[in-house]
Amino acid sequence: MATTLSSPPVALPRRTTILQSLAQSYYLQKILKTLFTVFVVITFTFFLVRLLPGNPIEQMVNLLVNTQGISMQDARDQASALYAIDLDQPLYLQYFDYLGKTLRGDLGDSLLSPGTTVTSIILKFLPWTIFSVGIGLLLSFVVGMALGMLMAYYRDSWIDHVLTVFASIFSSIPDYLIGLMLIVWLGIQWKLVPIAAMRGSLSPNTVIGFTWEFFADAFFHAALPISTYFITTVGRWMLSMKSSTISTLGEDYVTVAKARGLRDWRITTAYVGRNASLPLFTQLAISVGFVVGGSFLIESIFVYQGIGASLNAAISRRDYTVMQGVFLVITLSVVFANFFADLLYSWIDPRIKIGHQG
Amino acid sequence: MISNSFRWLATTFRLLTYNKVGFVGFLGVTAIVLLSYLGPYIWPPTTGADIGKIFEPPSAQHWLGTDDSGKDNWMMIVNGGQDVIYAAFVAALVSTLIAVTFGALAGFLSGWVDNVVMAITDIFLTIPTFPLLAVLATFIKLNNFTLLGLLLGVLGWPSLLRAVRAQTLSLKERDFIEAARALDLGAGHIVFREMLPNMMTYITISFALAFTQAIYGQVGLILLGLVPFESNNWGVMISWGWNHGALFFKDSIWYIMSPIVAIALLQLSVITMTRSLEMVFNPRLRSGG
Repeated sequence: MATTLSSPPVALPRRTTILQSLAQSYYLQKILKTLFTVFVVITFTFFLVRLLPGNPIEQMVNLLVNTQGISMQDARDQASALYAIDLDQPLYLQYFDYLGKTLRGDLGDSLLSPGTTVTSIILKFLPWTIFSVGIGLLLSFVVGMALGMLMAYYRDSWIDHVLTVFASIFSSIPDYLIGLMLIVWLGIQWKLVPIAAMRGSLSPNTVIGFTWEFFADAFFHAALPISTYFITTVGRWMLSMKSSTISTLGEDYVTVAKARGLRDWRITTAYVGRNASLPLFTQLAISVGFVVGGSFLIESIFVYQGIGASLNAAISRRDYTVMQGVFLVITLSVVFANFFADLLYSWIDPRIKIGHQG
Repeated sequence: MISNSFRWLATTFRLLTYNKVGFVGFLGVTAIVLLSYLGPYIWPPTTGADIGKIFEPPSAQHWLGTDDSGKDNWMMIVNGGQDVIYAAFVAALVSTLIAVTFGALAGFLSGWVDNVVMAITDIFLTIPTFPLLAVLATFIKLNNFTLLGLLLGVLGWPSLLRAVRAQTLSLKERDFIEAARALDLGAGHIVFREMLPNMMTYITISFALAFTQAIYGQVGLILLGLVPFESNNWGVMISWGWNHGALFFKDSIWYIMSPIVAIALLQLSVITMTRSLEMVFNPRLRSGG
C-alpha cells in the first residue's frame, strides 16, 4: 500500500472565498467550540448559584432575616454585596452583569473572609496545582510511552507480563486510595518520608525565587502528589502505548523502513514511536481533565495547598463564591487543556486537520 | 427446554473460563457480591464496642483485627459493601442506558441529531465530573443510595456515548445493516434489534467500566464527607479513619487497609472480568457451542 508511488486522489481545486475557508478552518472550529464550552460553563455556574431551589443566595437571605432580625431588604442588600450581584434587577440583567464581570476576572469576594477576592485566592493556589499535576502527568506520559514501547517490542516476555500486571493493578485502583496508601505505608508504617513536614506547598521560610533552594523545596512538598498522579496514570499510558505500538509495528511503512536499512533507533523513534503515540494524545486531554478533577481529593489528602484543596475547603465551609470561582477555573483549565491537546494533535498528525476540512 | 437452558449455561461457563485472568476477575466479583449480600446473615452488624480491644491485629476471633472501639473489622467489611455496590449498579445502569440510546441514535441517524448529541457530549466531556459532583452535592441532599446512583449515572455517560456512537458508525457499513435498510425495517428496529445485539460485548464492558467510575465518584464523595450517611460502608470507614486521624496511628493499619483493599479488589475484579465478558457476549463465539 505504502510502497506504491501513485499519488493520492486530489480533489479538484475549487474557488473558495475567504469566508468559506475561514468557516472550514480547523483552528477556527476548535476555537469556537472552546469558547462555546466556556460560555456554557459560566452560564451553568450562574444558574447553579442563582436559580436552583435552596440556592445559597436564598439561603443566606433567609438566614440573615431569621438570625439577625434585619429586614428582607437589608438582607438582600448584604447578600448582593457579597455575591457582587444586584438582586433587584431582572434575572437576565443579573446574568449579563455576571457574565461581564466574570470575563473581566471579577469573581466577587469570599463569603467567609470578606475583603479577600476570589480571584486572588485562585491566583495564589492555581500555580501549585498546575506545577504538580503538570509534572506528574508529563512524567507518567513519557515513562508510560517508553515502557509501553518496551512491552510491545518484548511482548510475551517476562518483562511484558510483569509490567502488564503492575499497569493493570495501578490503573484500576482509585487515585485517592493510592494517595492514602502512600501516607499509611511510606509515612506511618515504614517512616520513609516525613509526611508532616511535607504538608503545604512550600516550607514557611522559603522565598519564591529562581534559586536552587526554592525548587528543591517545591519538589519536596509536591513529591507525594506528583507520585500519586504518576502511579495512577502511568499504567494507562503503558497499556495503550503497548497496543498501539503493536499495531504500528505491523504497518507496511515500518517494513519498508527496515528494508531501506534505516538504523533501529531511527525506526523506533521516527516511524514507530511517532505514529504509535498519536492516539495517546487525545487520551492525554481526557486524562488532564480527570487528574485536575481528582486533584482536589489528592491535594486534600496530602494537605497540599493547590486549587483543589481550596475547592475542598470552600465546599466544606460552604463558601459559595469561592466554590463557584474555583469550580469555574478548574473547568476552564480542563477546557483549555483539551484545546491545546487538539492543537498539539493536529500539529503532530496533519491528517486530522485535513479530514475536518472535507 | 430445560436441556436447552442447561446447554446455554454450560456454554456460558465454558466461555467464561476461556480467559484465565478474566475468570479470576469474575470469581472475584461473584465472591464480593455474595459476601456483601449474604454475608450480613452470617456476620450480622453488631454495635458491641469493646474498649479493651482497640486496633487489634488479626486473630482467630477477629479475622481482620478491630477498630478504634474494638469492633470487628471483618464484620464491618462484610456489611459495608452492599450500599456501595448498589449505588454503583444504579449509576452504571443509568449511564449505560443514556449512552447506548443516544449514542446509537446519533450514530445511526447522523445529520443534525448527531451534531446536537455530539455537541452536548463534548461539553459534558470537558467538565470534570468529580468537582461537579462535589459542587452539586452541596445543593442536593444525597440522603439515599438510589439518588446518589442516579446522580452519578447522569454525569457518567459522555465517554461511553462516544464509544457507542463510534461502534454504530462502523456497524452501519456492514452488509446485514444495509440489507435491513433495503428492507425498510425502520430506524427503531435496525438500531435496537439489529445493531444492539452486535454491540452487546461492548455495552457490557462499558457497563462494567461505568460501574468502576461510579465507585470512584461515590467513595470520593463519601471521603469528602459530602454524603451524609449514617450507614457503615467502606467509604465511610476510610473517611472516618482519615478525618479522625486514625490514619496516622500506626496500629490502625488493619482498620484502614481493610476497606481500601476491599474497594481496590472490587475495582480490579470488575475490570479484569471484562475480558471474560468479551467472550460471553460475543454472539459469534456462541454459534459453535
